Amino acid sequence: MKSEEIYDVLVDKFGESILGIDSELAGDPSIQIAPTAISDVCQFLADTDTLAFDSLMCLSGIDLGVKEEVLSVVYHLHSMKNHHNVVLKTSVPKTDAHIPTVSHIWKTADWHERETYDLYGILFDGHADLRRILLPDDWEGYPLRKDYQEPDFYRGMRVPY
Amino acid sequence: MQGGMERTTGEKMVLNFGPQHPATHGTLRIVLELDGETVLKATPHAGYLHTGFEKLGEHLDYNQFIVVTDRMNYLSPLSNNFGYVLAVEQLLGIEVPERCQYIRVLMAELSRLADHLLWLGTAALDLGAFSVFLYSFREREKLYSIFEKTTGARLTTSYTRVGGVFRDLYDGFDNDARDFITNLPKALKETHTLLTRNRIWMDRTKGVGAISPDDAISYGLTGPCLRATGVAHDIRKAEPYSSYEKFDFDVPVGTNGDVYDRYLVRMEEMIQSCGIIRQALDNLPEGPFSLEDNKVMMPHKSDAYGHIEGLIHHFKIVMDGHGVQPPKGEDYCATESPNGELGFYIVSDGSGTGYRIRIRPPSFFHFQALPHMLEGGMVSDTVAVLGSLNVIAGELDR
Repeated sequence: MKSEEIYDVLVDKFGESILGIDSELAGDPSIQIAPTAISDVCQFLADTDTLAFDSLMCLSGIDLGVKEEVLSVVYHLHSMKNHHNVVLKTSVPKTDAHIPTVSHIWKTADWHERETYDLYGILFDGHADLRRILLPDDWEGYPLRKDYQEPDFYRGMRVPY
Repeated sequence: MQGGMERTTGEKMVLNFGPQHPATHGTLRIVLELDGETVLKATPHAGYLHTGFEKLGEHLDYNQFIVVTDRMNYLSPLSNNFGYVLAVEQLLGIEVPERCQYIRVLMAELSRLADHLLWLGTAALDLGAFSVFLYSFREREKLYSIFEKTTGARLTTSYTRVGGVFRDLYDGFDNDARDFITNLPKALKETHTLLTRNRIWMDRTKGVGAISPDDAISYGLTGPCLRATGVAHDIRKAEPYSSYEKFDFDVPVGTNGDVYDRYLVRMEEMIQSCGIIRQALDNLPEGPFSLEDNKVMMPHKSDAYGHIEGLIHHFKIVMDGHGVQPPKGEDYCATESPNGELGFYIVSDGSGTGYRIRIRPPSFFHFQALPHMLEGGMVSDTVAVLGSLNVIAGELDR
């Protein structure tokens, strides 16, 4: 199925939670989802036979800039059974970055979400083990945010060198 | 396992495996909770080699970032170079000349061989089969001289550029490559006689670290580890890129998804790669080895020194805001690297540096699935399973 067809199916099912489809820019079109609905939408995409998105290829965070104060999460889904792809996007404000987890749908999302939490500070509600994964547990701040300032010292060691 | 009760002591012991352990082949750590010799719980820890590659991508321009990709999976840097520039080219909407596509396929397959050979040697070494290590490293050394002659470096190859490769194949390449792929199957035969029906190897690997196809997909396993479970998913076949649709090759699959099947799948993949290389050499098209558009590719050195247009193009392409600038948009591009799906998700804001460069390394998710394969098994299987996954710390932590 094409992204546009999947979009129509999702709009029929979820109505206002599906915010739109972005196919103007270069690259793959992406479907905008309201953050509260993302887990239900993913469950639907994974369970419905005609869609059967059985694998989460990539889950990435994006900081949309200092001005907008918005963080985005992008889901690249693939179906091994039906051989099609779809891109989902959801955005939350930096001050209240909560998104429902999808780690119960695809096990791989566990570490994807931990990494996104680690580097962007997005909290995935319902995640069983949301800890830092690449950085030390006592690291301060979220390095991939655009307004991140690296600390001068970490445990007595100079950071910028 | 029968009679497990005699082995239990009822007391838990915590064993720290790594970060510096000969079998980790890099810096990673697993905390094992043991009861006797049975693994009750395994907790993998990553991040020891975290160097902020994704953050670097937001500061380097598109061609500069190629250097960083060398350092991800340092066993097959050419595959990383390839996967990355493909993503940028897809975003730019350009297609490189056919000769270039073939050269890239050649390099990707040769580095698949290099990766699998190193994997074979070290995985067998971890289980005590020392001679296999010597045989596979002997072959790998020949490959590295081919890489050195082609790219000028053994490890930090940085061979590709957005729009092509930085130089053509050297004169004797055809001979060297043909020599190599004629001799490799013989060397692999030797390995088969050493391992495939070897009672100790079979006991140590059969039924060890098995995973079901559904779990493998859910955990995001890709590459040989996924195919060992019986799922015939190969991106080269599923979504062909860079002329892969013109090559005739099989996708080997296993049945049990255990360490032994991963070994067999990788062995057969090497034979298939030799076939792809032979086809690429036979049908290597003539023509330019790179895009001849100087808005994307750097002009040849002789042009930069000899002609004013060349000089200007050379100047512009390295200046910030004048070089490679993909249009506003985003793109996810996955390639079949030796270890599995290597994906690059690039978001462009229309400038000369990426707004966001996300790397999806295969090793990260293989390492995540490790507890699933270890728990309930024996502590000695940890080394066998970890070895079979080929977790490369450089791409695990980025």
